[in-house]
Amino acid sequence: MSGVPHRPWVWSFGAAAAVFAATLLVTGGTGAAGLGQAALTFAAFSVIVGIGQMFVITLGPGNIDLSIPATMTLAGTVALKAMDGAAGTELLGLGAALGIGLGVGLGNYALIKALRIPPIIATLSTSFIIQSAAIWTNRGLRIKPPDSLAAFATGAPLGVPNVALVALALAAIAWLLLERSLFGRRVAAIGQNERAARFAGVPIDGVRLATYALCAVLAGLAGFLLACFSGGAALNMGSEYLLMSIAVVVIGGSSVAGGSSNVPGVWGASLFMFLIVSMLNTYGFGAGVRMILTGLIIMTVIFAAGGGRVRRR
Amino acid sequence: MRTDLLRVLVPAFSFALLLGVVFWLQPRTMSYLGLNLLFNLAVPIALATIAQMIVIALDDLDLSIGAFVSFCACVTATFLNDAPLVGAAILLGAIGVYALVGAVIWLRDLPSIVVSLGMSFVWSGLAVLILPSPGGAAPEWVRAVMTVRPPVLPMAIVASLAIAAVAHLVVMRSSFGTALRGVGGNARSMQRAGWSVLSLRAGAYALAGLFGVMAGVALVGLTTAADANIALRYTLLTIAGVILGGGEFNGGRVSAIGAVIGALTLTLAASFLTFLRLSNDWQIGAQGAILILVLAVRLVLNRRESYR
Amino acid sequence: MNAATETVPLIELRGAEKSYGAVRALTGADLAIRAGTCVGLVGHNGAGKSTLVGILNGGVAPDRGAIVVDGVERTGAHSIAAARAAGLRCVFQELSLCPNLTVAENVRILHAGLGGWGWRKRAGRLIVAELDAIFPDHAIAPGRVLGDLSISERQMVEIAIAFLDVAAPVRAVILDEPTSSLDGSRAADLLAHVRRFVRRGGAVVFISHILSEVLSVTDRTVVMKDGRIVADRPSTAFDVSSLVQAMGSVARESAASRPLRSGADAPILEGPGDFKARAGEIVGFAGLAGHGQSEALRGLFRQGSSDWIAGHVTRAAFVAGDRQVDGVFPLWSILWNATATVLPRLVRRGLIDRHAEAAFGLEWQARIGIRTPDMAAPILSLSGGNQQKALFARALGSSAPVVLMDDPMRGVDVGTKQEVYLRLRAEAEAGRTFVWYSTEMDEISLCDRVYVFRDRAIVAEFAGPDVTEANVLAASFRSAAA
Repeated sequence: MSGVPHRPWVWSFGAAAAVFAATLLVTGGTGAAGLGQAALTFAAFSVIVGIGQMFVITLGPGNIDLSIPATMTLAGTVALKAMDGAAGTELLGLGAALGIGLGVGLGNYALIKALRIPPIIATLSTSFIIQSAAIWTNRGLRIKPPDSLAAFATGAPLGVPNVALVALALAAIAWLLLERSLFGRRVAAIGQNERAARFAGVPIDGVRLATYALCAVLAGLAGFLLACFSGGAALNMGSEYLLMSIAVVVIGGSSVAGGSSNVPGVWGASLFMFLIVSMLNTYGFGAGVRMILTGLIIMTVIFAAGGGRVRRR
Repeated sequence: MRTDLLRVLVPAFSFALLLGVVFWLQPRTMSYLGLNLLFNLAVPIALATIAQMIVIALDDLDLSIGAFVSFCACVTATFLNDAPLVGAAILLGAIGVYALVGAVIWLRDLPSIVVSLGMSFVWSGLAVLILPSPGGAAPEWVRAVMTVRPPVLPMAIVASLAIAAVAHLVVMRSSFGTALRGVGGNARSMQRAGWSVLSLRAGAYALAGLFGVMAGVALVGLTTAADANIALRYTLLTIAGVILGGGEFNGGRVSAIGAVIGALTLTLAASFLTFLRLSNDWQIGAQGAILILVLAVRLVLNRRESYR
Repeated sequence: MNAATETVPLIELRGAEKSYGAVRALTGADLAIRAGTCVGLVGHNGAGKSTLVGILNGGVAPDRGAIVVDGVERTGAHSIAAARAAGLRCVFQELSLCPNLTVAENVRILHAGLGGWGWRKRAGRLIVAELDAIFPDHAIAPGRVLGDLSISERQMVEIAIAFLDVAAPVRAVILDEPTSSLDGSRAADLLAHVRRFVRRGGAVVFISHILSEVLSVTDRTVVMKDGRIVADRPSTAFDVSSLVQAMGSVARESAASRPLRSGADAPILEGPGDFKARAGEIVGFAGLAGHGQSEALRGLFRQGSSDWIAGHVTRAAFVAGDRQVDGVFPLWSILWNATATVLPRLVRRGLIDRHAEAAFGLEWQARIGIRTPDMAAPILSLSGGNQQKALFARALGSSAPVVLMDDPMRGVDVGTKQEVYLRLRAEAEAGRTFVWYSTEMDEISLCDRVYVFRDRAIVAEFAGPDVTEANVLAASFRSAAA
């Protein structure tokens, strides 16, 4: 690959493996399979939203999507409501979730462009509105997903959890897009040097619109799968995924300055993040230590990588 | 002077309008007690909004303010109550960490968004360690300050006026405040004029940390207990408040009085939506819509801005 | 004129030299700035004015030569702070103030000694007094935010701040194109103030492309060309045409003139003002740097492309001159940088055909002569000239019939330039159209037709044998203030 010379994703997998081993040290080696399955399952959701966030971050400094949790929640809620637990409605539910994502993504970019505000503020505002819509849709109802989908989301007929398979497939597609497709090249071009991309004929607005739409659609998919997995759409189901989506992108080795993305790293980082939690739990540490450690890890990674962003004002 | 005045007049006018509508919808709020209830919670929010405003004045963004205020609230409800010296030391240390963050962002040229997100994890984690479940108690003196009953205007109004005055004096009128806003406006020029951008940034972040600490203490004074999530929503609220008050995301242009008005407006908007019998479901969404509306109005007013 | 010539110069350069890589920006300049004199500095692009000024104000360190301040040798110890301490101030065209602060606050920022109680009022009084002295009847209140002022008012504030005595007296002021942002009579106000300042014993270095202004306000005029000072005489010894002549080269052999192309072909590109370009033409944009040429090129590019959808055929390709800002993708390889515009052509079944891409890279590496063992190496591993060649490959390899070039040879070595010139000529013969903004007369003389820009508009057009340095120079400089 003649693009980027280094392969930073290797160490995120290495770190994940190290943490896996450290956890098993306490249990004496038992439960490895269970831990592995859990890691793959929970990492899968982080991967799906992480991939979307990664595309947005690759667009360059200042690009970030804060509406992911709200989109997840609304998509899951609406999808479950549309399906109403009935059999044969799987595609309807999926379509609803993806459609919500598409709408949110288009809305986000419309705001960014029309109001000329930074993406962080635009996605912040829409997240407020979407969250409200989710609350309103979810009024007191406790709808369960159709049995077929619940089974799919929690099952692992091939040994590997289904949701992990979905996430793996998406990662493969994302990798293909970024490495081999015109769209991926354009995203990276804009992230490295937006002016140069403009003068090389890249349609800046078109590509950004597609990227924000892609991110929101992936968030919708993640919300859909998470709702099916959890047996319902809780209003706070997306809350931890905002910071998680950014964390797995950063820790996975994508550049926060844009222009350089790292798909395998998102998987490595997602596994790593889940396994850190498990390890801390196993060793008896609580949520507090976990959060502190997560924050310190994120900051260490960016500190070491440096910004590299040329402040052009 | 026109654009200048407009920047403060628009939020002031919107606030007055909103207040008028609230009075009309619910005349009982026009009393001492009513006003106090309406604006009680505005005090910690206003303090946190000033903290956010300082960071925005430097051309950065602080996504950790909510977690930081929650952390300070937890410290107040526990250490500050049981072992005041230890509590004070912790809070001072926290201000020091804030200053360090401000310096590191400049030294390594890091994006403030991601760094502050990382710090939010740290503050939240520390808060959870201190108070895994809601609890603690407000120190007597804090409670006394927050429930004082001044003669004409309720505490909430008096406090808000005081915050606006102090913030205006420190950030908008003093040399230090001017210099830190200069960093947000043209850091290179500041360097060439001989200022130490590093010290200014560290000092500014420390000041923001101080306001954050005060927000946490004030909050506990009002709610008498604390928990790790108590102020997480402040992050988004404070950004909205600064923008509502006429601040800009880039270029270091902020207004302290505007920011306080913005915080008050957002607090009022929550009550307003309740009085409108708008279901709670839409309250958050309405805040997002307000933010979008304000930005749209500002875009129209800014058409004439040609520089940069 | 007083006995200023006998006194010790305020600041003096002896044999100053500065090179940026292969480009020799300044070769052996001797300049003395004395109290009570106003020195004019004129020259065309690449003359070395900015470098000279940079060395004077401490922003640029010379490679060789001595800097003497008040008779004391300060080579190696001269910095912006040192220059300020010696009483030297600068006003450039780009804003050095903070647009989010008020006028008075900006004064405070630039003069650290103004602190203490009531500084705002003091700063306000000081700046208003200075503004009153320089620009009578100005309407600038010290409490106004700088960003809310008009461009002319901002420039007035910058100038006033530069002339302001706070802690140490201002002894010399360098004014770089100070009147270009000032409107109406303000330019005359400034010139009058410069004379007063000089009479009171100050020194001024005055850089302007409005030659009549230079001659009217200065005591001495220094003419620069190609990095050296070619004339340094009392201003009374010059007039506009002799100045222009001095800026030109001494009787140079005129380049073989190209036959005038017949105007029968319909223009394939029409742009701002009278601009037209025909197939196979090399059209030049000349004039002093920063007079609207780049903006015109960008406008032409935007005419033929879209921000939302990538068309299959773009009207124009662009070669950037400021590589880092407009051209290079720093994380990518040479190959990926070169193929940026032609990628749509290389897509097979939805994915980029890497073999075709590599083949394109090899083909153009040979055609344009990029010196690298491996096109997959990072672009930043190349020398500046070769990076520029990669950017040329990006534009020339596309199918666009028009290629817009934004002073692409700036800072490129002679060997590379010659290779690229040959390539351009070959492409033009084959029917490609080039619009070439260049700050070098040598390149302008390679063009079939030239438009000269001044103050953001086309002021002259020359074709064929009329494309001479004398004509371009005369058109670039304004003889009288409008």
